[in-house]
Amino acid sequence: MSDTPKKPSLSMEASRRSFLMGGTALAATLFAPKFLRAADYPTAAVNTTGLAVTDTDVTVGILHSVTGTMAISETGSVQAEKLAIEQINAQGGVLGRQIKFIQEDGASDWPTFAEKAKKLLVNDKVASVMGCWTSASRKAVLPVFEQYNGFLYYPTFYEGLEESPNVIYTGQEATQQIIAGIDWVTQTKGAKSFYLLGSDYIWPRTSNKIARKHIEKLGLKVVGEEYYPLGHTQFNSVINKIRLSKPDVIYAIVVGGSNVAFYKQLKAAGIDMTKEKPLLLTISVTEDEIRGIGGENIVGAYACMKYFQSLDNPNNVEFVKEFKKMWGDDMVIGDVTQAAYLGPWLWKAAVEKAGSFDVDKVREASPGIELTTAPEGYVKVHENHHLWSKTRVGHAKADGQYEVVFETAELVEPDPFPEGYQ
Amino acid sequence: MFAKDNKLFSTGDIVGFVVLAVLIFIVLPAGLDTFRLNLFGKYLTYAFVAIGLVLCWGAGGILSLGQGVFFGLGGYCMAMFLKLEASTPEATKIQSTPGIPDFMDWNQITALPMWWEPFNSLTFSLIAVVLVPVIFAFIIGVAMFRRRVGGVYFAIITQAIAAIMTILIIGQQGYTGGVNGITDLRTLLGWDIRTDEAKVILYFVNAVLLFVCLFVAQFIRKSKLGRILIAMRDQEDRVRFSGYDVANFKIFVFCAGAAFAAIGGAMFTLQVGFMSPSFVGIVPSIEMVIFCAVGGRLSILGAVYGALLVNLAKTTFSEMFPELWLLGLGALFIAVVLAFPNGLAGLYKDYVEPRLMALFKKKADDGGGRNFDSIKAPAE
Amino acid sequence: MFADYTMGELGAIFAMQGFAGLILFSVFVLMALGLAIIFGQMGVINMAHGEFMILGAYVTYITSNLFADYLPSLFSIYFFIAMILAFFVTAALGMLVEWSLIRHLYKRPLDTLLATWGLSLILQQIYRSVFGAREVGVTIPDWMMGSLPLTDLIEVPINGIFVMVLAISISVAVYFMMYRSSWGKQVRAVTQNRVMAGAVGINTERTDRLTFGIGCGVAGVAGSAFTMIGSTGPTAGQLYIVDTFLVVVFGGAASLLGTIASAFSISQAQSIMEFFLSGSMAKVLTLLTVVGILMLRPQGLFALKLRK
Repeated sequence: MSDTPKKPSLSMEASRRSFLMGGTALAATLFAPKFLRAADYPTAAVNTTGLAVTDTDVTVGILHSVTGTMAISETGSVQAEKLAIEQINAQGGVLGRQIKFIQEDGASDWPTFAEKAKKLLVNDKVASVMGCWTSASRKAVLPVFEQYNGFLYYPTFYEGLEESPNVIYTGQEATQQIIAGIDWVTQTKGAKSFYLLGSDYIWPRTSNKIARKHIEKLGLKVVGEEYYPLGHTQFNSVINKIRLSKPDVIYAIVVGGSNVAFYKQLKAAGIDMTKEKPLLLTISVTEDEIRGIGGENIVGAYACMKYFQSLDNPNNVEFVKEFKKMWGDDMVIGDVTQAAYLGPWLWKAAVEKAGSFDVDKVREASPGIELTTAPEGYVKVHENHHLWSKTRVGHAKADGQYEVVFETAELVEPDPFPEGYQ
Repeated sequence: MFAKDNKLFSTGDIVGFVVLAVLIFIVLPAGLDTFRLNLFGKYLTYAFVAIGLVLCWGAGGILSLGQGVFFGLGGYCMAMFLKLEASTPEATKIQSTPGIPDFMDWNQITALPMWWEPFNSLTFSLIAVVLVPVIFAFIIGVAMFRRRVGGVYFAIITQAIAAIMTILIIGQQGYTGGVNGITDLRTLLGWDIRTDEAKVILYFVNAVLLFVCLFVAQFIRKSKLGRILIAMRDQEDRVRFSGYDVANFKIFVFCAGAAFAAIGGAMFTLQVGFMSPSFVGIVPSIEMVIFCAVGGRLSILGAVYGALLVNLAKTTFSEMFPELWLLGLGALFIAVVLAFPNGLAGLYKDYVEPRLMALFKKKADDGGGRNFDSIKAPAE
Repeated sequence: MFADYTMGELGAIFAMQGFAGLILFSVFVLMALGLAIIFGQMGVINMAHGEFMILGAYVTYITSNLFADYLPSLFSIYFFIAMILAFFVTAALGMLVEWSLIRHLYKRPLDTLLATWGLSLILQQIYRSVFGAREVGVTIPDWMMGSLPLTDLIEVPINGIFVMVLAISISVAVYFMMYRSSWGKQVRAVTQNRVMAGAVGINTERTDRLTFGIGCGVAGVAGSAFTMIGSTGPTAGQLYIVDTFLVVVFGGAASLLGTIASAFSISQAQSIMEFFLSGSMAKVLTLLTVVGILMLRPQGLFALKLRK
């Protein structure tokens, strides 16, 4: 149910009309000149490597978990990617070709991801893939993409330490998410001591490592660092440890089902986050996760992301409206969902800049691609295949939304191999 | 009748082995493209585990829910060797410490840990692939069987061991690669294992090894040992009173199962190109039992078919109905348990074989291996 | 690590840590009681136990939504009604499962493992199709989510107390049902010797169905209570399954007292180690200790003296 569009079969015309009607001067002015006709780009010329491109359409892959433990998180990404594809199609597609997608289920299982990635590339010859969520699934498919020269748009904020020619990372790497947030909390909230907490795997560990280096560079103190197995549901002991060490900031990178347990137990233990003593700063709780946690259980916490659903700009207002129209009014949109939405648009822009679907040409065209229509605002692809983006801090409200309290003035440069933080 | 039992292969067995050999060595390679063939190669690595389970569970009555641990250990030993080979100083020069595996560098480890060193040698690694899991199984076996832990308790304890291993591997990510596992494996002694030709060759290596394991398993079943195992399963005390040391037999068969699983794990690593803790946990371990149950817990050939069929079903269902395939899979398990407790092998035995035999104008051979197969599932 | 603190602070922390251990103990008891009945008494290895718990959680979720929509004035007490509903819904499903699946398998306990594993896959997929793949947020009445300041330094979570009280009352209720009622006698008679129990006129089929149903019902109540402290999603049930089985097996499968004793020792060990070590290591060490002890004493802490 969750994954079925509320309006499953918008016809192409109807959806284009509704898009333009409901829509906006913005869409009209920015996209209209980009209408390209397939006839101007003969298939033989735009596809020299045997991808699934015909005169009328082009096939891409969507590879996320719709079953298993990760389905909780990845559902939003699938929805965003489908929305982007439908919107692109409504505007005439890519190089005049409608995008078709083949969706595969990674089933929260890394080898399955590798297997399905290979199927998409070898069997289906997709022109690009939007997919993966966890680092482990990305690491599993990476050799496949490099071997068969596929092109992956990866939406999640992640630990960095990677720069593949076959991946565009539309989420932030760790430093983009961490450093500005810690600076903010020390400067505006006067925080002096931190308690680092995370689920036990590479992203929280690497992120906390960067956080710790930065905190120590600022001359401040880390008073504790803890990791719990994925899926852990009992946090009373660590809450007591936090009480004992009295940090100014709890820096929490707990993920998945553990999140719900952690915040409920934190609240029940009488730590009122609205008092900000200690203040809680997280980089792992988006609006999506709050649905499971319950807004009333996390009100007062701060999150450091690049996107919040409450962002007030015309792109985002339009995006939220379209997303809810397609998937239902009760949907919420988190940071990764937005990043996933960028994937198809960035790919379209790169293909049209290159004038070709060939992966090598798309790769070459990708750095420097700008998207002024991104819900998060303006983004730009860096030479290292990550996005320039702003870091923002949101303050959780009881209704499950964040109120943006801070954003960096400039775009933050992605730096997947940060000097001095390793 | 007992005289017949001593024959390593009955007529029915020969037919079964030949059919399977034709399927694996001729039909599949001829009928499938490299991608699908590689998938089948992956499925066949699970068949190793299923054969081991037939010995342990079907014949010995020991249900292990921790076979994933041995599969994983075997796979990790192989992966460690491949990872070291892939981590040459030239390939890893962007790291702060070139020459060590990338995940170690990410975890601020600046020198290769001592216990990784021996895995620079292929010979050592290949021995370790089998030996490490077997020693581990031996320790578990001695501790449990000497104290007469069996049945359900054994199952639950092995399950807990699987859980512990997963948490341990994930927690020690500087040494094991954590959740991601050991990824991006490239070459074996300079030979690129990622190319299509390599995949085909590895498929055949895998298939040959599988048949070696099948022969060993057949030999164990048909030896005196195999008959003692069955006796033990059905009436453990009587065997004990007859003067046999029951624990030793159980330890042996458990170690044999672990060795098979480990070989499967190593072949998995070679064919898929990485190893991760997701094979060590509880879910894969139970799935492996299910391959065995679907194939027929009493038949080693059935186990191979079971592994192939369940995985094929998994792939097909999930390609056709990505959002509903769990329903089909769940229903398959229930159907097997309720309607066909002896799995595919039972169906074959009851319906296909009599007709086949009639076709060959031979009297149905009711001795030998078939006798073994016709024993009803153990009632505990 | 303790040098900078006053005695008062340390005392308070240890008191709260002791309390955390007790909460964990109650959680384990709740998880394990249903399985102690099903696995301990009937010998059925119910791998879908976690999914039954999650069913209870989903029932709570639906009830909370209904109350929020139609009876907002009574929202603060909906939780009790939700728990009762959770009991009956999961018990009903349990009885259905027993009738359609389990009763064919009493002679093959290891096969119940496979069948219920299949069942758990199916239930997960049904939850996913009905409630969506995402976790649902269950709104807990405000009065249950706060903490109770005992002194200036010691605060105890109300939901913790709630879980404890629930664990105690369900344990007592199960104890009376099993050891003080004629139904309990029948259950134990059927467990010990099915044929003889049938021969003396006990309706074994009905007893089995009821026992399984009640075991599942208790799991449902546990799941309902866990909405206060954990997550509610299609796959959340799998988080509990290993711990649950270990608690039951460690206690000695057929002994209710053993289950409680084992829940106590495991929870205390884990909570103490979590305080002094890191979370992951504490978990590994706890599991290792349990497995180690089980190897030395395979029958568990408390075992019925039965001739094999």
